[in-house]
Amino acid sequence: MSIPTERATSPLMRNDDEVILTGWGRTSPSAATVTDPDSIEDVQAAIVHANTRGVLARGLGRSYGDAAQSGGATVLLMPSMNTFTLDPAAKTVTAAAGASLNEILAGIVPNGFFVPVTPGTRMVTVGGAIAADIHGKNHHIDGSFGSHVTSMTIVDGTGAIRVLAPNDPKTHDDFWATVGGMGLTGVIVEATFTVIPIESSLMSVDTERGNDLDDVMARMLAADARYRYSVAWIDSVSAAGRGVIISGEHATLDQLPAAKRGSARAYAPKVVATAPKIIPGGLINKLSMRAFNETWFRKHPKQRAGDLHSIASFFHPLDGVQEWNRVYGPAGFLQYQFLVPDSAGEVIGTALAQLRAVGAPSFLTVLKRFGPANPGPLSFPDKGWTLAMDIPTGVDGLAATLDGLDELVAESGGRLYLAKDSRQSPEMFRRTYPRLAQWQKVRATMDPHAVFTSDLARRLQL
Amino acid sequence: MIDALGDPQSVLVLGGSSEIALATVLALPRNRLNRVVLAGRASAALDAAVIDLTKAGIKGVVATSFDATDTMTHGEVIDAIFDAGDIDIVILAFGMLGDQMAVEADPNLAVHIATTNYTGAVSAGLHVARRLRQQGHGALVVISSVAGDRARRSNYVYGSTKAGLDAFAQGLGDAMQGSGAHVMVVRPGMVRTRMSAGLPEAPMTTDAPDVAKAIVVGLRKGKHTIYAPGNLRYLMGVVKTVPRPIFRKLPS
Repeated sequence: MSIPTERATSPLMRNDDEVILTGWGRTSPSAATVTDPDSIEDVQAAIVHANTRGVLARGLGRSYGDAAQSGGATVLLMPSMNTFTLDPAAKTVTAAAGASLNEILAGIVPNGFFVPVTPGTRMVTVGGAIAADIHGKNHHIDGSFGSHVTSMTIVDGTGAIRVLAPNDPKTHDDFWATVGGMGLTGVIVEATFTVIPIESSLMSVDTERGNDLDDVMARMLAADARYRYSVAWIDSVSAAGRGVIISGEHATLDQLPAAKRGSARAYAPKVVATAPKIIPGGLINKLSMRAFNETWFRKHPKQRAGDLHSIASFFHPLDGVQEWNRVYGPAGFLQYQFLVPDSAGEVIGTALAQLRAVGAPSFLTVLKRFGPANPGPLSFPDKGWTLAMDIPTGVDGLAATLDGLDELVAESGGRLYLAKDSRQSPEMFRRTYPRLAQWQKVRATMDPHAVFTSDLARRLQL
Repeated sequence: MIDALGDPQSVLVLGGSSEIALATVLALPRNRLNRVVLAGRASAALDAAVIDLTKAGIKGVVATSFDATDTMTHGEVIDAIFDAGDIDIVILAFGMLGDQMAVEADPNLAVHIATTNYTGAVSAGLHVARRLRQQGHGALVVISSVAGDRARRSNYVYGSTKAGLDAFAQGLGDAMQGSGAHVMVVRPGMVRTRMSAGLPEAPMTTDAPDVAKAIVVGLRKGKHTIYAPGNLRYLMGVVKTVPRPIFRKLPS
């Protein structure tokens, strides 16, 4: 027997680049080999050398469920590619996929521009914004992020570079399969999107309270056309479903007090706190939830117009506390966000009532109006209402309650948002995304060897 | 993938007709369960297990041929099961007790028990661990026994195989740290099953559904070792300290 010169390697050994990934809700962890690509060539190499578990791009991990993780796969941590340029004449930004809205806002707001769509956090990448086709408080007017992308560069499943544009008939289908495609058609490496001119970095904000859910919804319908940005926060503890409707516009120069006009476009969002590393379970309970909801409701004036707020406080209030997802303790949490058409508005009240009954307290419950859908077969938004609730996962009976709500949502022609989902069934998904087959057909041409996959894709048999 | 609310989609049972394993499958949340592979030697009990689980409303129950003692085939069988889709929970449940008197009379029988309970489990356990590590998530539940905590006159061959299996599973659990997958060792006391039929009942004897419940709770909490019933942990703590001359004289 010869003396081995090298020690045997075990298939159970971990490599140094292997890490455990979860979504923002910190549920369902899986291990993957991560790498920080520095160039398109790095992305191509990862795709060409993919193992049988495939490749997935990940941005800043703000998807709540398992969309940006893939057990055993190579996960490309895209924030390593984060350069961007502003073209003020064309009113566009061209950004590497890993550039965050946070970085882009810091660069363009002082120059008098704003991103076309921002979600409730600015800690999302451009690639993630396209892959999830994110929406913001202006969806009823401006649509979702993908509708403002004029072109993008992706690396497809064969490692080839493709440039996709919505107005190019040759790439139109590929473009819209990638918008809302959850990273499964290719790795987005760069995108150009339009930006909107602003005169100041302040928001002119109108606030009104609604005493019950019907009142809130009626006021929102009335406010639809009047404001570019609008959202309602619902008190999930109150049986009536009272809420606060917060609407706004970018403040013009003449809306600013004279003293502020000199620094009208100053932009310096602050992080005021970081959630502690270890938080015991059970901190979020009915009592703390009641106190929080009560305080939040009282904090807002009954009716007020023209208040000046910063971009950060109007759009991204939760970004003020870093890693706030830890407050739910080790068991983690989920966000249940669904869409129903206007004809099924009563599902909103049913959802609130059922989750209150099962004792699932929601920290933040947000109700919003959606405008029409875009052509993306897997894009979430469509005309109607969307409700989002953060719920700790440890609540008894939650699975059955949410399955029951899924049924109501599906029956009404609604669906769940994939960027938030961590528990729907494959059947629910197939039933509520009727254009899945059309998307799958396009995807098969873009990723013929099925290199791109995620835990979400496996769970939903996507 | 086990989802955010703890619901698995797929389960593999090695030792497909094990009563503890089948009770566990029945006790798992089944809102998302759509694939249950019962791997074992072709037998009436295995066929009946498929029928029973299916009748109970569980979707996608299939049997597949697996022989714990035929370790050369383990890689192929286990790879085929994982190649068809990720497995969220693997229950390594095969094992045999044997009649201690018969075993002492026929060492070949002792070898067969050791091959099944220990050698077979080490082989299958390593193949499963390799695949769980590759997929980056999942749980391996290893059915050990309190009989492995301390050897007893009445079943020490069986006890020694479980002691070996238990040590193996603990080490495997440590090896899997950081892999996204995890190993849980289950140490039931005496359980009323086919295996123990006709034997005098020990203290804290339970039924398979009780063990199953403990397994489901342990999985949800991410435990690495559980006793069933839970209080056996303390009893065994005492049992392990009893001096041999006294222990020998205790009724078994």
